[in-house]
Amino acid sequence: MRVKIFVYLKDGVLDPQGKAVERSLHALGYKEVQDVRMGKYLEIELDAPSRQAAEERIREMCDKLLANPVIEDYRFEIE
Amino acid sequence: MRWGVIVFPGSCDEQDVYDCLKTNLRQKVDFLWHKDRLAGKLDCIVLPGGFSYGDYLRCGAMARFSPIMQGVVEFAQKGGLVLGICNGFQILCEAGLLPGALTRNASLQFICRRVFLRLEETDTPFTCAGKKGQLLKLPIKHGEGCYYADPTTLERLHKNRQILVRYVDAKGRTAPAANPNGSLDHIAGVCNEGRNVFGLMPHPEDAGEKILGGEDGLKIFSSVIEACDKRGKRAWLD
Repeated sequence: MRVKIFVYLKDGVLDPQGKAVERSLHALGYKEVQDVRMGKYLEIELDAPSRQAAEERIREMCDKLLANPVIEDYRFEIE
Repeated sequence: MRWGVIVFPGSCDEQDVYDCLKTNLRQKVDFLWHKDRLAGKLDCIVLPGGFSYGDYLRCGAMARFSPIMQGVVEFAQKGGLVLGICNGFQILCEAGLLPGALTRNASLQFICRRVFLRLEETDTPFTCAGKKGQLLKLPIKHGEGCYYADPTTLERLHKNRQILVRYVDAKGRTAPAANPNGSLDHIAGVCNEGRNVFGLMPHPEDAGEKILGGEDGLKIFSSVIEACDKRGKRAWLD
């Protein structure tokens, strides 16, 4: 099973990298860009007896390691 | 008293901490390898600066799961003293031993310079040798030192007086220009509710002798020594 995980900053957490990318896009002429927030994308290949079992394990992995709950949220898609 | 300085793969400031303690303060210090289980009679454990696990994923995210950390958590829960410096502070936040998180500097730049800190509370084993409002000049060298906590946590930090040091200017005032990394409320270091775990981004071990540019860092270490001397009385709460 392949899982795609998106980890992103919570609203209200400063994202200077996103701001820097926004400025660069503006400098390149993409003035219509209003906001950029940067996150992380992970792909995990794993074995699981069911989608539900995989979901449970992935949630645990995200809660424990892959995302910092103080500053990040996450979502994922199982293929 | 006995100090232990943890070495993670990628730690780089453990030697500075060791030298400062051993040479400048004549302390008994040991290096503790991250893969070993915590053992022996220790009074204060230091998590030093550096780039543990390459700062991969997030600074300190993986170091918090090193084998030795289980012992560190138990040690802290029993009231043992734990000091996290820079990457050490990041690891303690990731481990949940300290509230909040350290994020990328607001300027996106790695800042390497001396800053002024103001001592906000002196009723802890890490600050009891100082005076409230005292200024300390310590170097910082980090790219991810911007302290963040949500509003509820920040309120709790204020209520419990857990903010121990703030970034200030030479006159002791907080100001945007004096805040090197955009930290919330100019926070440079916090302690836990039990006041036995302290994390700060600046490096006291690099301000331990005049030839390095100052000795203000000794205030933090000698507070711990003083507190441990009076351990039976838990002097810092008097």
